[in-house]
Amino acid sequence: MSDTPTHHWPKPTGSQAHRPVTTEFPGFRFGLIAVVVLFLALLLFAPLVAVFAEALSKGAIEAVKSLANPEASSAIKLTLIVAAVAVPLNAVFGIAAAWFITKYDFRGKALLITLIDLPFSVSPVVAGLCLVLTFGANTAVGGWMVAHGYPIVFALPSIILASMFVTFPFVARELIPVMIEQGKAEEEAALTLGASGWRIFFTVTLPNIRWALLYGVLLCNARAMGEFGAVAVVSGKIRGQTATMPITIEMLYNEYLSVSAFSLAAVLALLALLTLTLKTLLEWRFADQLAAAHRP
Amino acid sequence: MQIEIDQISKEFGATAALHPVSLSIPSGALVALLGPSGSGKTTLLRILGGLEFPTAGRVLFDASDATNLTVQDRRAGFVFQSYALFRHMTVFENIAYGLRARPRAGRPAKAEIARRVTKLLELIQLPDIGARYPSQLSGGQCQRVALARALAIEPRMLLLDEPFGALDARVRKELRAGLREIHDTTGLTTIFVTHDQDEAMELADLVVVMSMGRIEQIGRPQDIRARPATAFVKEFLAV
Ligand SMILES: Nc1ncnc2c1ncn2[C@@H]1O[C@H](COP(=O)(O)OP(=O)(O)O)[C@@H](O)[C@H]1O
Ligand SMILES: [Mg+2]
Repeated sequence: MSDTPTHHWPKPTGSQAHRPVTTEFPGFRFGLIAVVVLFLALLLFAPLVAVFAEALSKGAIEAVKSLANPEASSAIKLTLIVAAVAVPLNAVFGIAAAWFITKYDFRGKALLITLIDLPFSVSPVVAGLCLVLTFGANTAVGGWMVAHGYPIVFALPSIILASMFVTFPFVARELIPVMIEQGKAEEEAALTLGASGWRIFFTVTLPNIRWALLYGVLLCNARAMGEFGAVAVVSGKIRGQTATMPITIEMLYNEYLSVSAFSLAAVLALLALLTLTLKTLLEWRFADQLAAAHRP
Repeated sequence: MQIEIDQISKEFGATAALHPVSLSIPSGALVALLGPSGSGKTTLLRILGGLEFPTAGRVLFDASDATNLTVQDRRAGFVFQSYALFRHMTVFENIAYGLRARPRAGRPAKAEIARRVTKLLELIQLPDIGARYPSQLSGGQCQRVALARALAIEPRMLLLDEPFGALDARVRKELRAGLREIHDTTGLTTIFVTHDQDEAMELADLVVVMSMGRIEQIGRPQDIRARPATAFVKEFLAV
């Protein structure tokens, strides 16, 4: 760089001297920050505080007591079971779909990507109705299952199916851009080094997508636990049996049992906050590896 | 290993990347596939490595048909254009990958793997970078690590796609000599792709000039320089 010619730019003067070129004038910046803070406060923070305030309005003991009631505790249990089944299945599905879409060339790829997005554009209520029409007691499959003692609709299977339908784009959508960006060169390199398909998946593909995968799984989980519309249709809202947390919250709320409703809502909100905390913790813990994963 | 390419053609949908080409590569040769971008060099190299299957034709290794051999069974050391180092693994783990991927029966013990990786790091003259990640290496270092990783599997041949493509002139010169040296010590049949005629002429025993999916001329560098076989070769060398 020794032969770089010396430039004689006019020296910046006064307050301009330390201002990066991308900075707008101060008033604009202040306005922007104010708008963002206002929105966050109004849309995110205030409602969250309100939920907890309402839950604790008759004291913490009342709140906890309302959660111990069989209706509430069965709802919590059901929601956790649904998430525990739906999320891993969707993670596997999402990885498979993203793998298929990004590592192979085939006709109809664009159509498949659109199909994956379908649950985002279809109203959950419509999705729920479709499930009832497909697996209800008076359909071939549904009838057969009922006859053998395993009803699908108005029972756990349909709640899991509905939750899976609504949340299945999350993982695939997180993974597809990342996997397209990374290409298939590393997988091909592993092939030439003699690795088998499974070995390549676990030692090359999965480590390269782990952060996107984690993020997709957390989003999927948050959404699966919170799903209302589709589950409301397929579950039949049977108290203490097929009523998930969101459904139970609505029923309690409609019965003016506000402490019970908001306590359960607070638990749901806490579960969401927990997933976010988990993500942040993992990012912090593995920050060095994250940095190493980026190419120069 | 002697390599025979027998009437290989490759089509991608409507585009013919390779018209039937034939080529015989003697064991231990250092061969350059030279040609402008889009002439089918990479496609031919990938067919040899088993990463692409030909539309028609055969590939023979030491006179036995290898056309349907899987990538893994070909044991071709492949150096990719962008190196394709495993970004989440250290240099040591990158080089050890092929040895660790072997079926248990043929897998060297841990200490033996470490010994071999150390030796390879010495061979590429970067003995101290085993613990680093690819993102912490320069382009030239990445290229040499990719070479060491390919050599670790004790390949039957070495295939390199534009091995010096992304590097600056000084590093290119250095690495050219490095590749020549590694070729001479290992005696591996080596094929590299390049669009740089100086690189091909200086480094290779045998130069294969390609254009639009066809082989225009095969010969020793001095023969190609002295007697270009076609108008294309003459023009390409004149640039
Ligand atoms: N995967 C592919 N799909 C479609 N066309 C391809 C593919 N790979 C290569 N081609 C085409 O084949 C021709 C030869 O490409 P390539 O072998 O990469 O040339 P080179 O390496 O000499 O630049 C080009 O026209 C290229 O567009
Ligand atoms: Mg190429």
